[in-house]
Amino acid sequence: MKINSPLEVYKYLPQTNCGECGEATCMAFGSHVIDRSLQLEDCTPLLEDKFKKKYLELSELMAPEIREVTIGVGERAATVGGDDVLYRHQLTFFDQPALAVDVWDTMSEAELVERVKFITDFKKFYVGRFLRMDMIAVRCTSGDPGTFRETVSKVMENTELPLILCSLDPEVLKAGLEVAGDNKPLLYAATKDNWQAVADLVLEHDVPTVLFAPDDLDTLKSLAGTFLEMGRQDLILDPGTNPQGTMLRESFENFIKLRRAGIKEGQRDIAFPLMSVPMTAYLTAGDEVSSSYWETVLASVFTVRYGDIMILHSIEPFALLPEMHIRDTIYTDPRTPVKVEPKVYEVGSPGKDAPVIVTTNFALTYYTVESDLASNGIDCYLLAADTDGLGVEAAVAGGQLTGQKINDEFKKVDFDFHEKTGHNTIILPGLAARLQGDLEDATGLNVMVGPQDSGQIPPWMEKNWPPKPK
Amino acid sequence: MAKKIKISELGSLFNGMDVESLEGVTIEGDIELEMDTAGGLDPQLAYMLGHETAQVAQHLINISRLLGYPVDQLFGAMAQAAVSGVTRPQELLRSKFEVGRMDDWKNPIQEVTLGATSADGGSRGSTVTLGGENALPYYFDSPMPHRNFVTMDVFDMAIGMAKAVKVNYEDVIESPAEWAKKVVKDFNADMVTIHLISTDPNIKDTSPKEAAETVADVLQAVDVPIVIGGSGNPEKDPEVLEKAAEVAEGERVLLASASLNLDYERIARAANQYGHAVLSWTQLEINAQKELNRKLMKQCDVKREDIIMDPTTAALGYGLDYAYTNMERIRLAGLNGDDELSFPMSSGTTNAWGARESWMVKSPLKEDSDWGPREYRGPIWEIVTGLTLALAGNDLFMMMHPGAVAVIKEITQSLHGSLERDTVDISNWVTAEV
Repeated sequence: MKINSPLEVYKYLPQTNCGECGEATCMAFGSHVIDRSLQLEDCTPLLEDKFKKKYLELSELMAPEIREVTIGVGERAATVGGDDVLYRHQLTFFDQPALAVDVWDTMSEAELVERVKFITDFKKFYVGRFLRMDMIAVRCTSGDPGTFRETVSKVMENTELPLILCSLDPEVLKAGLEVAGDNKPLLYAATKDNWQAVADLVLEHDVPTVLFAPDDLDTLKSLAGTFLEMGRQDLILDPGTNPQGTMLRESFENFIKLRRAGIKEGQRDIAFPLMSVPMTAYLTAGDEVSSSYWETVLASVFTVRYGDIMILHSIEPFALLPEMHIRDTIYTDPRTPVKVEPKVYEVGSPGKDAPVIVTTNFALTYYTVESDLASNGIDCYLLAADTDGLGVEAAVAGGQLTGQKINDEFKKVDFDFHEKTGHNTIILPGLAARLQGDLEDATGLNVMVGPQDSGQIPPWMEKNWPPKPK
Repeated sequence: MAKKIKISELGSLFNGMDVESLEGVTIEGDIELEMDTAGGLDPQLAYMLGHETAQVAQHLINISRLLGYPVDQLFGAMAQAAVSGVTRPQELLRSKFEVGRMDDWKNPIQEVTLGATSADGGSRGSTVTLGGENALPYYFDSPMPHRNFVTMDVFDMAIGMAKAVKVNYEDVIESPAEWAKKVVKDFNADMVTIHLISTDPNIKDTSPKEAAETVADVLQAVDVPIVIGGSGNPEKDPEVLEKAAEVAEGERVLLASASLNLDYERIARAANQYGHAVLSWTQLEINAQKELNRKLMKQCDVKREDIIMDPTTAALGYGLDYAYTNMERIRLAGLNGDDELSFPMSSGTTNAWGARESWMVKSPLKEDSDWGPREYRGPIWEIVTGLTLALAGNDLFMMMHPGAVAVIKEITQSLHGSLERDTVDISNWVTAEV
C-alpha cells in the first residue's frame, strides 16, 4: 500500500456519503479500506464510468506490497502473499501460508490414494473453525513424464486440493499440465538452467510458477525480472531452504532480505510470495521422528519469518498440529477482539436437568469449553462471565472473576435458576475452585467444582451429574 | 470464475480505445473466449486501455496471436510489457540483488551476566551473559553477541508432570540437588532454576529458612548459574526470596520474580544487597513492563545490568500470538531507543505443557483427526513455543523436557551461526528418496 491514511483514500472517493457500502460516511469507508476490512469494490458508485480514473489510480495505490498469487480453482483454491508489513502488530499479516504435503510418483497406487486422502481430510477444531492442510505437492521421482502424468491424474481423482507439480524437467511438468493444466496448479520450478522451457509452459497454460535459485539472490532476481518482462505476475520465489548449520542461517537471512526489499524498500521486481521447503530436513541423516521434528522446526521458523508456502513431508499428527497452529498464531488478526459477548449461552437444547456451567468470555477459553461440550453432546447453559477477556486462572488471580461477579452476571441476563432448572446448581471451573464458598453465599445455590480442563467434563459428568440430593 | 463471451460481441467493448490498427484484423467464426476475471490485470495496462475492456483485450490479443495475427507489432511495447503470451527473451535479464540494513536500530540491548566465578567472589564454574543485541535475533544487520541459553526447571517437591516429562525425572524427583545434577550432566542445561513451590501456604508452607537450605544444596550440587523461583504466592514470595538471596550471596543468581502484584521493593532490595539480578515479570502488557522496569530502576535503584524481563509466555494455541507480538514489540522498542524496555528477555517455555495438545491422550473432540501419540506431541509443543519467542527476541528459556532442550539449542545456535554442520545439496530435493 502506498497510502496509509483514510484522508488520502477519501480524496479518491465520490464524497457523497451515500451509504451504499454500509458505512455512514466516505471517510469511515476510507478507514476500512486502509485496514483492509472493506474493499474498494464495496463502493459501488466508484465503479461507475465517471470515477473510473480515480478507481484505477486508487487501486494501484492500495495494492499490497507483496503480490497475491492464487493457486488452484474452486473452494479449496488458496491465495498467498498480500502482505504490507514486516511485523504483524503493525497491521496484520494477510493470506496465511499454504501448507503443502508431498506425494511422489514412485509410490504404489494404494499408498498414494491413502496419503492424498489423509492430507485432504486432516483437520483440527480451533476457536470456532477447523485448521486444515492446503495443497498437495506431487514430486517426480521416477524421471518419467508418463508415470508423472498418471500420478497427477490419480491425485486429482482423490482430492480437490490445489496441486504443486514438482520437477526440474520441463518435459515432466508438461506431462503434468496435460492433465492438471486447467486447475491452475503451481509449477515447481524454473531455474537458471531450465527457465526457457518452463516459461513456454507457463505462457501456454497461464499458470503460476515458482522460481528456484538456491542460495543465489542475484539469479533469483534475474529470473523474476525475466518472467516479469513476459508479463507474469503470478510468481513465487524459492531462495532455498538449507536444513542445517550456517547454511540454514544464510537461508533465514535470504527470506528476511527479500521481504525487507519488497515491503520496506518497495522493490517491486522481487515483491512476490516466498516458498520454503522444510522437507529438506529429510536430506540429512536422522530417524523418522528426528527428521519430522526438524521439519516442524524449519516450518515454524519460516512461518514466523516470511514464508508463504511450505512443502512438507511428514504426515505425523505431532508435526501437522504444531505447523497448523503456528501458522494460525502468526496470521491471526491482532485487531480482532478476543472476547465473546458476556451472556448465558445455550449449548444444544438444555432442559430442566441440564447443568449450568461457568466460564469466562476470553474467546479461546469460551470456544474451547463450548466445543468440548457440544462435541460430546452435553446440553447445558454456559455462562461466559465478563472478565475483560481473561482466562479463568488469570481472572480468579486478578479478581475479575468472583462469587459476587458471577451472581451479578446471571442477574444481568435475568437467568432464573428456579424457572430454568430443577437442580439449583452451578458448576464452577476447577481452576476457580476457591470461589466455591463465595459463590454459595452470593447466590444461595449449590455450587459444584468441575474439572480443571473442560476436556474432562464428559467423565466428570458421568460421575457427578445429576447432583445427589443433599 | 470464468465467463464466456463471443468474439462477435467484442466490438462494442473497444469503444474509445486507440486500437485502430486492429481494424485490419478479421476473425471469423463463433470463437468462445475464456475470461478469467480473477486473473492478473495489470493496472498500468488497465489504465491505458480503460478498465472494462482490458481483460477482453488481453485475451483477444492472445487469441489473435494463436490465430497467427501479428499483434505484437500492432501493440508494440505496451503489449510486450503486460500481456501474457509475449515472446520470451532469449537470455536471462541479469540483475543484482541488494537490500539495505536497518538504520533505526541504534540502541543496544543491555548485557546482563548471571553467575559469578571465584574471581568475582562466587563459586560458579562458568557464567552466562545475555543481551547485547543490536538487531532482531539472527538478523544480518548486526551479529548477535551471545547465543540463547536454557535453564532447566527443578522443583523443591514432587509435582504433577505430563508423563513424557516425568519419565525423565522419576529417579530424582525427591531430591532437588540430584535433580539439578541430572539436568546439567545428562541434559546439558546451561543453568538450573530451583522453584521453591512448596513454600506456598496452600501447598506445604515450607519456611523461608528451610527453602534457603534447598537453594544451598543446589548451589553445592552444580556449578552453573542458577535462577531462584518462588511459589508465585505474592504474600510469601518476598520473604522466601530474601532468605534465598542471602544464602546465595555472591553467586549472582536471578531472583524470580519481581512483579507489580507483590512487594517488588523487597525483592529488589535483596538483589541489591546480595549482588543478584532481578527478573521483572509482567503479564502480556508492554506498558506494565515499562512501568515495572522504571520502578525497579528509579524507585528501587536496581542497576540496568541487573534486570531481565519476563513478559509472560503463553503456549502455542493458547495465546502465543499475544506473547510473540508482545515480545517482538518490546524488543523493537528497545532497539529503537526505549531504555525502559532494552533488557534481555526470559521465557517460561515450560508453560507449553499446559496446552492440552501436549499431554492429552487424544483429542476430546470427536470431529478432530487422530492426534497421534502424545509422547511426541508434548516436546514439539515446548519447542515450537520457545522457538517462536526466540525469533521475537527472547534470550533465556526456562524449560523442562530434555529432548525439547536439545532441539531448541540446535535451532537457536544454527540461526545464531555458531553451529557448523555438513552442507547439504538442496538443489535436487525434488527427486529425493525419502
